[in-house]
Amino acid sequence: MSTTPTAVQFDDAVQQREAATLGMWTFISTEILFFGVLFAAYTLCRTRFPEAFAEGSRHTDVLLGTAETAVLLISSCLVAVAVREVQLGGQRIATWLIAATAALGVCFLTMHGFEYVSEYHEGLVPAIRYTQSGPSAGQMEIFFCLYYFITGFHGLHVTIGVIVLLVMARRTHRGDFDQDYHTPLEMSALYWHLVDIVWIFVFPLIYLIGRSG
Amino acid sequence: MSSLPQASSFAGQVDYLFDAMLALSAVVVIGVFAAILWFAVKYRHGSRADRSRSSRRTLGIELAWTLIPLFLFVGIFAWSISLFAYMSRPPIETVPVYVVAKQWMWKVQHPGGQREINTLHLALGQPTRLVMTSQDVIHSFYVPAFRVKQDVLPGRYTQLWFNATRAGTYNLFCAEFCGTDHARMGGLVIVMQPKDYANWLEAHAGTDLAAQGAALFRRLGCSGCHDPQSGVHAPDLYDLYGSTVPLSDGTQVRADERYLHDSIMLPNKEIAAGYAPVMPSYQGRIGEDDVLALIAYLKSRHAAGSP
Amino acid sequence: MSVNVADSPFPTEQGTDEPNPESYLDAGYGLRSWLTTHDHKRIAILYALAITFFFFAGGLAAALMRLELISPNGSLMSAEAYNKTFTFHGVVMVWFFLIPSIPATLGNFLLPLMIGARDVAFPRLNLFSWYLYITGGLFTIACLLFGGVDTGWTFYTPFSTMFSNSNVMLTVVGVFIVGFSSILTGLNFIVTIHAMRAHGMTWFRLPLFVWSMYGVSLVMVLATPVLAMTLALIGLERLLGVGIFDPALGGDPLLFQHFFWFYSHPAVYIMILPAMGVASELITAAVRRRIFGYSFMVYSILGIAVIGFLVWGHHMFVSGQSMYASIVFSILSFIVAVPSAIKVFNWTATLYKGDITFGAPMLYALGFVGLFMLGGLTGLFLAATALDVNLTDTYFVVAHFHYIMVGGSVMAYLGGIHFWWPKITGRLYSEAWARFAAIVMFFGFNLTFFPQYLLGYEGMPRRYHVYPPQFQVLNVLSSAGATILAVSYLLPLAYLLWSLRYGPRAGANPWRAKGLEWQTSSPPPVHNFDQTPTVTEGPYLYDESP
Repeated sequence: MSTTPTAVQFDDAVQQREAATLGMWTFISTEILFFGVLFAAYTLCRTRFPEAFAEGSRHTDVLLGTAETAVLLISSCLVAVAVREVQLGGQRIATWLIAATAALGVCFLTMHGFEYVSEYHEGLVPAIRYTQSGPSAGQMEIFFCLYYFITGFHGLHVTIGVIVLLVMARRTHRGDFDQDYHTPLEMSALYWHLVDIVWIFVFPLIYLIGRSG
Repeated sequence: MSSLPQASSFAGQVDYLFDAMLALSAVVVIGVFAAILWFAVKYRHGSRADRSRSSRRTLGIELAWTLIPLFLFVGIFAWSISLFAYMSRPPIETVPVYVVAKQWMWKVQHPGGQREINTLHLALGQPTRLVMTSQDVIHSFYVPAFRVKQDVLPGRYTQLWFNATRAGTYNLFCAEFCGTDHARMGGLVIVMQPKDYANWLEAHAGTDLAAQGAALFRRLGCSGCHDPQSGVHAPDLYDLYGSTVPLSDGTQVRADERYLHDSIMLPNKEIAAGYAPVMPSYQGRIGEDDVLALIAYLKSRHAAGSP
Repeated sequence: MSVNVADSPFPTEQGTDEPNPESYLDAGYGLRSWLTTHDHKRIAILYALAITFFFFAGGLAAALMRLELISPNGSLMSAEAYNKTFTFHGVVMVWFFLIPSIPATLGNFLLPLMIGARDVAFPRLNLFSWYLYITGGLFTIACLLFGGVDTGWTFYTPFSTMFSNSNVMLTVVGVFIVGFSSILTGLNFIVTIHAMRAHGMTWFRLPLFVWSMYGVSLVMVLATPVLAMTLALIGLERLLGVGIFDPALGGDPLLFQHFFWFYSHPAVYIMILPAMGVASELITAAVRRRIFGYSFMVYSILGIAVIGFLVWGHHMFVSGQSMYASIVFSILSFIVAVPSAIKVFNWTATLYKGDITFGAPMLYALGFVGLFMLGGLTGLFLAATALDVNLTDTYFVVAHFHYIMVGGSVMAYLGGIHFWWPKITGRLYSEAWARFAAIVMFFGFNLTFFPQYLLGYEGMPRRYHVYPPQFQVLNVLSSAGATILAVSYLLPLAYLLWSLRYGPRAGANPWRAKGLEWQTSSPPPVHNFDQTPTVTEGPYLYDESP
């Protein structure tokens, strides 16, 4: 039986769980709006500068990007199975699965770090090291600003997710969760799915569209 | 009601709409205030008014004061839109006066080459169309006596038109915060009788705007590439204004003032089909008023008989 | 100053002279107990102290502006100093006073009480929100200390990104951070209202103040992220010089305006919805009748919240946006006025066959109704595009929004502070002084801002510190009014603080009002209710009881 008591402001565990779930979904809706504005700005700029943005897309590393997409998708699957495990009363396998999810998150960040490093060497970092010339260099600079902002903002969310998942792994290992109570784990998994879904939009928008044009 | 003169053909109509809304608002305000006052006195604690509760349904009243305002609002909206549409459609056959706003002054160029700073001389009774752009930040051209206002943007041309119906001198204000001396960026609009205006134009005539543009065209080296005899493959600019230009990405664009401006200042934004993107940008090398002169020149390069 | 309890218009329950031994105010006295509290009531007071500071800071800026505007030639401050002053006034008043005022103080304190809960859903998040607010505030103060910012609270590009030489980044960061405070408070309230109502407290038994908290929370949660990203993009553009908004590089300054107003128009509804909720509570208590047309009042709140997202383009009628866009935004702006009109009519109808007493809260509430109506009607003038062309960017707009935000929101806020003062502090304030202040405020307010309608109509643009001499008389009237208004704001500060020490102690329900918050002691115990109440009836059932 879980030893975590219901927080004092709630009447019972059911109310606490309801509150946590609604809270997380509300939070997710604000995240969608954050990324939504960035996607809107990106889409509008893409419409204004189609050729420069297509050229920018061609400079992104589609191999690494695809690998990162695969990594995140697999990690989402793993954490979903972990939640299911806990719902069925398991603990050991769930702990490993959550840790694996976090590890895949670190893997994602590392791969993206490699992307940033190679983009630095290629001179594609506005204001820091930007060596592009040619007619659309200025507009491509806008592409790269948005690229770093969007992927950086996403990367920040991934980092937070990794930390949260590591905490969840530890708590699962310690036996804090059981069939009746595992709300923090569920909410963390939900957050991780959001992080994954945002990437599903980022990848085609930034890496794929116009690339072959 | 106010001390503002009605100096344009719009002013009377705008004031009429304003006064109608004022009257309507006054009715509502007086009605609600009177009701509040009456209830406050009649039903104050300790008075012997009848407070028995009636169980009458209130849906009728509530729907009434929902739908009646809604219909009134739609009516006002319709009136306002018809006036607004009239105010927003400049008569494009009128030769425009060009205005370039910069921190913190208004530079006016008449088609005959007359230049003014912070003043605008106009003829009474003739529609005037202003084509405006900014050299730096967003400004706004506001003449209260005419009841007109239009933001003036960098990198874009915005238009404003009016018909001055009363001779006199009127205030011009900048109405969009534009930095330190925003409050001092004012001027005067001087409306004269047509005869006096003609005399003024003659007295201040400078080089015709198109002729200024022609001189710039040569001085800046444009003809070095855009002349049919030059060795460079560059578009011939004859009969360009108003035509449809096919672009290198497959789309088409109409060659209006905006297109001509961007072709000079942001040449890589829209490349004409069949040409290499080799034209240098003149951004920072010439001002917006020079661009307007070049555009006037390009407009004049057309076959006789075509508009 | 002696306080005669008999001055109070209601028969009050005189509490004993001993403080309630278990009130939330007694649960620890040190600074640490306040700065690490999880109690929504203490967090409300932390917010109240902070926003009072910012109110007077922003008010000082306004005083300087009105002083400068007494003379047409502007000799008090340089143009640059004036521009920085009105920017500071706008930034502070909008983001550090008006937006948090009612939700973070009265909302935080009353929401759990009104629905019979022990606290909000996420108390630690609540405290974190306050720290975010303070951090944002520190950045804004830092900006002031480093020389201020001069772009106007609206940060239009390309002036703010490419031309201003002032501390844009510091302010942008400060507002970005305080935006998160807003978002998290809204999130907390939404979950609290959904999940933690007492047994029997169904949605349509909620007091209208709770409905207004729900509506404002929806807007805060959905609109503020847009502001955050817009500010981030400005910061990016200013730091890196890219061309998202800069036309010289191919960008579009109107894109900024669309992003900015997409948030900032709903923001004004964040500022007025809570005030409407407060007004409903104050009027029903003073009239001792239920609100007229409860359902329509609820749907109006939700209607304003939703339609408020669709009207942002009415700030851009002369910006160069297309005529067709302006037409669409115009009709929507007219439509959004309908629910507000319904509310004004319903408040008036609530007085019918009531048993009305005119304590200070009721005076503030009536002042709110009248001034909000005047401000709202002038909004219709601005929604009419043909008139807006002439009136936008003039003092007419300044008067319009001050009537709603100051005559409306601030008066409602003060009315609420007075009404719930006994509940929050356990003390009664001086009715005589409070009524006097309310009346002086009403007159001072009108003298300050009514001349500004006329100024705008005559053609005086806004954000001007020098002006043609024909505008002087109206400016002098406005500045005179501002002096009176300033005094009327200092009065409550004085007598309310005085009452903390010398006011008579209040009983649980000095106004004999309905509402769960009055069914617990004044001040309430830490966990609000000794026993969670069960609700069997709707709100404001004054008529039913003997």
